[in-house]
Amino acid sequence: MGKWSRRAFISGGIISGGAVLFGIAIRPGNRVAKVAPLISDTNDTIFNVWLKISPNNKITVVVPHAEMGQGAHTTLAMMLADELDADWNLVEVLEAPAHKEYANYALAKGYALGDLNFPSWLVDTIDGFFLTATQAINLQITGGSTAVRTTGKFAMRVAGASTKAVLLEAAASTWNVPTDELTTKNSIIQHTESSRSAPYSEFAAIAAQLKQPVKPNLKMPDEFQIMGTNVQRLDIPSKVDGSAKFGIDARPPSLKFAAIKTAPVFGTKLKSVDEVSIQNMPGVRKVIQLDNAVAVIADGYWQAENALAALKFVFEDDGNELVEQSDIFKQFENDMNNAIKNSAEITDFQKGDINAALESANHIVEAEYRVPYLSHAPMEPMNCTAWVHDDICEIWTGSQDPLGFAAQIADALEIDVGNVLLHNEFLGGAFGRRAFSDYAIQAAKIATEVPYPIQLIWSREEDMRHDYYRQASISRFEAALDNSGIPIAWINQYVEKHDPVEAPYIPYAIDNQHIHFTESKTHVPWGFWRSVDHSLHAFFTESFIDELAFAATKDPYAYRRDLLADSPRFLHALDTAAKKSNWDSPLPDNWGRGIAIHKSFGTIVAQVIEVEVLEGRVVPRRAICAVDAGFAMHPNGMEAQMESGIVYGLTAALYSEITIQHGAVAQSNFHDYPMLRINESPIIETYIINGGEQIGGGGEPGTPAVAPALVNAIFNATGKRIRQLPIRLHDLSTKELSSKDVA
Amino acid sequence: MLTLTINEDRYDLDIDPQTPLLWVIREQVGLTGTKFGCGIAQCGACTVHLDGKPIRSCTTPVFAAVGRTVTTIEGIKNESGELHPVQQAWIEEQVPQCGYCQSGQIMSAIALLQKNPLPDDTDIDNAMRGNICRCGTYPRIRKGIQRAAKMIAIAPQKKKTIDG
Repeated sequence: MGKWSRRAFISGGIISGGAVLFGIAIRPGNRVAKVAPLISDTNDTIFNVWLKISPNNKITVVVPHAEMGQGAHTTLAMMLADELDADWNLVEVLEAPAHKEYANYALAKGYALGDLNFPSWLVDTIDGFFLTATQAINLQITGGSTAVRTTGKFAMRVAGASTKAVLLEAAASTWNVPTDELTTKNSIIQHTESSRSAPYSEFAAIAAQLKQPVKPNLKMPDEFQIMGTNVQRLDIPSKVDGSAKFGIDARPPSLKFAAIKTAPVFGTKLKSVDEVSIQNMPGVRKVIQLDNAVAVIADGYWQAENALAALKFVFEDDGNELVEQSDIFKQFENDMNNAIKNSAEITDFQKGDINAALESANHIVEAEYRVPYLSHAPMEPMNCTAWVHDDICEIWTGSQDPLGFAAQIADALEIDVGNVLLHNEFLGGAFGRRAFSDYAIQAAKIATEVPYPIQLIWSREEDMRHDYYRQASISRFEAALDNSGIPIAWINQYVEKHDPVEAPYIPYAIDNQHIHFTESKTHVPWGFWRSVDHSLHAFFTESFIDELAFAATKDPYAYRRDLLADSPRFLHALDTAAKKSNWDSPLPDNWGRGIAIHKSFGTIVAQVIEVEVLEGRVVPRRAICAVDAGFAMHPNGMEAQMESGIVYGLTAALYSEITIQHGAVAQSNFHDYPMLRINESPIIETYIINGGEQIGGGGEPGTPAVAPALVNAIFNATGKRIRQLPIRLHDLSTKELSSKDVA
Repeated sequence: MLTLTINEDRYDLDIDPQTPLLWVIREQVGLTGTKFGCGIAQCGACTVHLDGKPIRSCTTPVFAAVGRTVTTIEGIKNESGELHPVQQAWIEEQVPQCGYCQSGQIMSAIALLQKNPLPDDTDIDNAMRGNICRCGTYPRIRKGIQRAAKMIAIAPQKKKTIDG
């Protein structure tokens, strides 16, 4: 990954130089001047905020998303390079500086508008509106699986195509030939009639003066040269030789290290600290008291950790220290019951006439499901390096939201955001966690107390106990079946709603539906967790539809198939997964097969999981995944994301549970919050469907269908229906009447 | 004062002998390829070789490395600077995602292949189960090790042909 110019920030005052005006279009335009000093080297020609061309014909693509393993840097560069007809071997990536010109307006737009199916004539208006709105609230977020489907489409491809257009125009005027006689390939412009050719760099200076078209012609899929191919990821070479720099690898001069203990009970304050208790310990420099935490700075991290362990301090009590996990589930139950009693439910989705359907029903099926709080547990614990010097606060960290981090640090320090210089490094995993700036604000506050840079590293225990957790939830269902077992009513009540809106919606053709929810607040902080609300709702809805199939004595694949008859995209994905799994083929004793399908972030994923239940132990053997994201820009990368999403989902479904004990998180490290390991990882087969619809995301959609496919497989193997995660809580050492025997 | 040999370089360090080797490598020596993940030998991100054997540097006191050879991810290229076959295979199979655990994965994989040049998937699973990858690159790690094993197996044969 290239580095943007730090000197430009410090000396030029580009960001701190007062008000920055911005227009309403993100399209290539005249705002280059504001970011030029940050991304430019001498002699580079900058075309727009997204790309520059060097004299040696090297093309640098500026990507506004963090690289956290999802391949965003490479895929976004591919999209621009393809439209530009660039020589891929001469393409380099630079992560955009934390600057509002790179705000991820796309994310807010995606959330607000669901699937982005709006008419093309509205695009400019909507883009303008959301760009303005999101710049105002400082979004440059990597999340919501937006990198390819929105930034890629609206910024990268347009920038590449517009730049190609002006390069052609410049070449045409230089050679005095018609533009349409020119061809482009591998960053070279050719005029066959006069046997002339020259690299892009030769025309860069002239072309950059020309007005770039706002709506250039974009390529059709059959014209793609780079998009849809499996180029090697640009970040991988540095990740095999130890040279990749993560936040924790920042090494500014005279760096010292800080360890921290934040109040175990969320929301409580630090009461007192006995600094004398550690004053003679080796390497210790300073004890820092924050509002809700205490930190020790030492010459080395191990010294800081040891001193922190020996330090005597007390946190205040605020009542939440009495909260237990069972209280939280009880509160959910009471709030759900009371909401029904008091008609205080909030409707999510409604259609048809539920009451009439219930009255006419032949068979009612009910079920209640539960999921626990979940921690993200990325491999790189939260950390941030901060140095307050020369009137600025310089930050090195890994963030999914560098612009938001800079603004929040500025707020916390009561300084101008222009005086925060943030270097976003590679993220050692994130999954939503690194969208929250708490650790960076802590580091910045600590750094204001000392003249040298400090690196704050959270222990794994701090990381697990001070996460922003995927919510625990209860979901209740009632469905009515007609004489032939077809569902005619679907009622769902669940607790706590976040994003995206459509997560609890079902794809099935059921005429009468009422999906509603209850608010039930707790003191446990909530955060985006890979696939957000989809991570729980797919488990709920795809388990329950399986239960309906069982009640109707039908095959769960065939049952879904019937209800998706009018949804060809869903059907194609479902059929692909079933076919590739040899759905009807017999399995060995104690094996089971389960299926699930779910659409999230514009991508449909169908999965079949085969499981062996060995003396009560669940061993996932094979996972078959069919994915339709419209078009896979980087098929190998899409496969990698499916593999990743499946392993992440398996860990959660089998093992993960954060519980609250005396108001705090009980788990602390990988021994009591275990991860799926290689010996437990199934064979994974991914089948990509390029369905041709609006492009969907890749980072998140692999996860939601895993838990239901797995519990459906366990049901198939053992006859036991698991309605509460994680699976390890359940005794599976005995069998019940097998679903195989019934179906 | 104690003396360490890391990647064939000698370091004289004035340091508490109880300090975990991980922090000495990262802070005093300045090699940041070896990562901190859990601090309790549960995740394998800190894996380095001590006399060729994989160890968890987060729980190994630095004194235990005195007089022995420490190898980190920065020390596994060959003398002409070429990547180790495992590193090459990792690129070919496009193994890493976030990449944070991969130094540890690669060090464990090299140690496995030194002991067992032609491991099957069960051997791989047993040797690699101490290394967590939160991005779920396990299927590719298996493929990467199989590919590296083939590359290593072929390399000496080539040499033989040339010699012969």
